[in-house]
Amino acid sequence: MAPNAGGVKTSSDAAEQDALPVPPSPVLARVAAIAKHASSILLTFIGLTAITFIIGRVMPADPVLAIVGDRASQDVYDAVRLQLGLDKPLIQQYLIYLSNIAQGDFGTSIMTTRPVLDDIIRFFPATLELATIATIFGVLLGIPMGVLAAVNQGRLIDHIIRIIGLFGYSVPIFWLGLVALLVFYAGLGWLPGPGRIEVYYDGIVETRSGIILLDSALQGEWEIFRNALAHLVLPAAMLATFALAYIARMTRSFMLDQLNQEYILTARVKGLSEGAVIWKHAFRNVLVQLITIIGLTYASLLEGSVLTETIFAWPGIGQYITTSLFNADMNAVIGGTVVVGFCFVGINVLSDILYRIVDPRAHD
Amino acid sequence: MNIKMTIKRAALATAFAAASALPMAGPAHAGTPKDMLIMAKNIDDLITLDPAEVFEFTGGEIIANVYDRVMMFEAEDLSKLVGGVAESYRISDDGKTIVFKVRAGQTFHSGNAVTAHDMAFSLRRVVKLKKTPSFILTQFGWNKDNVDGLIKPLDGMHVSVTMAADFSPGLLLNALSAGIGSVVDMKEVQKHEKDGDLGYGWLKNHSAGSGPYSLQTWKANEIIALKAHSGYRHGAPAMKRVVLRHVPESSAQRLMVEKGDADMARDLTPDQIKGLAGNSDITVGDYPKAALIYMATNNAHPILGKAKVREAIRYVVDYKGMANSFLAGQYKIHQAFWPSGLWGSLEETPFKLDLAKAKALLAEAGHSGGFKIVIDTLKKSPYPEIAQSVQQSLSKIGVESQIILSEGKTLWPKYRARKHQLIVAQWSPDYVDPHSNADAFAHNPDNRMEAKLTGKLAWRTSWSDPAINAMTEGAAKELDLVKREKLYMELQRKVQMEGPFTVMFQKSEQVASRQNVKNFISGANFDLVFYRTITK
Repeated sequence: MAPNAGGVKTSSDAAEQDALPVPPSPVLARVAAIAKHASSILLTFIGLTAITFIIGRVMPADPVLAIVGDRASQDVYDAVRLQLGLDKPLIQQYLIYLSNIAQGDFGTSIMTTRPVLDDIIRFFPATLELATIATIFGVLLGIPMGVLAAVNQGRLIDHIIRIIGLFGYSVPIFWLGLVALLVFYAGLGWLPGPGRIEVYYDGIVETRSGIILLDSALQGEWEIFRNALAHLVLPAAMLATFALAYIARMTRSFMLDQLNQEYILTARVKGLSEGAVIWKHAFRNVLVQLITIIGLTYASLLEGSVLTETIFAWPGIGQYITTSLFNADMNAVIGGTVVVGFCFVGINVLSDILYRIVDPRAHD
Repeated sequence: MNIKMTIKRAALATAFAAASALPMAGPAHAGTPKDMLIMAKNIDDLITLDPAEVFEFTGGEIIANVYDRVMMFEAEDLSKLVGGVAESYRISDDGKTIVFKVRAGQTFHSGNAVTAHDMAFSLRRVVKLKKTPSFILTQFGWNKDNVDGLIKPLDGMHVSVTMAADFSPGLLLNALSAGIGSVVDMKEVQKHEKDGDLGYGWLKNHSAGSGPYSLQTWKANEIIALKAHSGYRHGAPAMKRVVLRHVPESSAQRLMVEKGDADMARDLTPDQIKGLAGNSDITVGDYPKAALIYMATNNAHPILGKAKVREAIRYVVDYKGMANSFLAGQYKIHQAFWPSGLWGSLEETPFKLDLAKAKALLAEAGHSGGFKIVIDTLKKSPYPEIAQSVQQSLSKIGVESQIILSEGKTLWPKYRARKHQLIVAQWSPDYVDPHSNADAFAHNPDNRMEAKLTGKLAWRTSWSDPAINAMTEGAAKELDLVKREKLYMELQRKVQMEGPFTVMFQKSEQVASRQNVKNFISGANFDLVFYRTITK
């Protein structure tokens, strides 16, 4: 459902571009680069909507039946089909859809009866909240673990970290989620159960950003803040396990690459401390690659983890897109997919910028 | 490194991480508040709350608690049709016109009084909006052009309803107990009307009724919250708020009810119900429902269209085996098209697994060598299991079958286009009158493809029998209740023996509640669920 990461330009591509000989006018070149970037983003979006739209239309699920139900008589069915414009040629339907999107109208969702854009504004912050916290944990734990493993290659600590990585990467999240609920919610009672917040608190905090932590903190509702934070721990831990595993694994392998380079040997011969060798020399070089990895991890979490959201009754974008898909609610599916695509592109742009900051070669 | 150790290590790591988060959990609530009911339920089928359109399980349940209907089956006696918004009625001598008297003293949630104008507006609205369930009313001969003349308020408290088609007034009364019989607050709805939509856009996610509860919030995929109507005619409900929390995963539902964070779990599997057996905090209620699981053969299929083959298929179902194993507790055997426990139901179960007989019937039809067919069914349990059981039995009489599992949205178009061979599907009545199912299972007055009577199961299976059509029409018209019941018995027997359907099972809903939750009442039909009687 989510766009393939193949559509995302990696930082190393960007590196090649930037390494080209400096063109005569830097201003002109910058404008050209931005234009090129913008047009590639635009093309990505048109491609994304086109593919999703076509898949939606050729799918055997019938969007009319999704509205009228299985028992509708033929005239009710025909009336809705006409109303949806499904009698028009596919290409015309698509162009109408595109022009609506251009005006900010993603259509109405069958399932929620509300404009798709409103739905996304409601569901996306829930996923954003979860994915951001999971990624932060993934980075804060994953990178040190990866470095530690690489530095101690072949020793016990390396094995342990690799096993944790393997576990986080391969254990079914569905199983892990249920076990976590069983242990920490039902068994020990340390943490609250499914949902974003206790129902008693529902509707007390005014929705501004849609991120409950932020909204409740801004409005000084600390009891709700604590409750929301407690609800977040388990689902975020599930996603963080995955993020951590991936980041630790990649950090380890990148670091091993660097640690075997000659400049590391030189640095050591120069008598630099081991900490300086690892963090100032080797890690500095790994950071560039890591930014791409972290960006991709974050983006993939932002598309919503359907299983985690299902187990923890988390009203996020992943559950929204999946339920919509099962209900042949194509406006919602396309709208959701475009948002996910937007995240990928946005994060890609962001990692490019970060990359320029981190990599001295990219400085003007 | 064995897996156990890996898991242990990870569990420890997670435990450690979670332990550091301990102080965040805040004060634990001991159960749910006394006057609030929290239900864990999968509500992703909900797509509208406009009573002129609702035809889904969750939607039907909500509007049953938000709106009072013209006629009702009340919680106090589910078997008896009584006046709801209408206090009484008088049927004209020709049986064509019913004059309803609106019950005095009823108020909508808005505070407006319920009048004859509201009732007439609501029924006309269903006909004019022409949403899916509108056929329940339009079958009486009403359309957008004539309905204003045929359904009209006589004064503030009386409404005259005249049928333009030949039907028993008893059938009309039953039909007015369905969701489309809900009376909406005309003034409130008209306030929100946009471009002549009769308030449809607004009522999809708001409420304007006179029932025991009003809709407070509906956040799709998250929550439905209802607020008690203090001016309800049966008195204010004990539960001041009822909250349905969307919990799609049934294991999570189970944990929540065990923990006391939910008062009720609505979608537990038989295994999970069994697992709750020893828990004294939980009681499990059984509620027989009107939903049926049946098999249908396509009569246009060169082999399945033969009467003997159809008959053979009825003997390859292991009714008992399934009912006692994976269906235990949730389905029981039922073999006629009108569900057990309702007026007019036929309780006979003439079929059982008999492979020798099935084989002999196939030989009589000239197919002793067997043949190949495709079985279509739904992806969700228990349909795949049922299809597999049938597949196994079929293989024993030489019929090779392939099972195709689909989502409903993919399966129904195929069925409605008559492209299936053998389908395992479900059906539940649209309103509590045997005609609801007779019209679907037995009535097909025009079998041509272009007739597109897609709402009727008989048409979908390309099956039309003039004698059975006439019987269906006759039963719907019959004024004498005793005779009418007898006609439905005969009709069911005939369809049972000759039709393309093998009705197999009837649903029983199992609801797990905290032991302090009492008097939850769930009637046979999907839209007969009562929250107002619940106490804690």
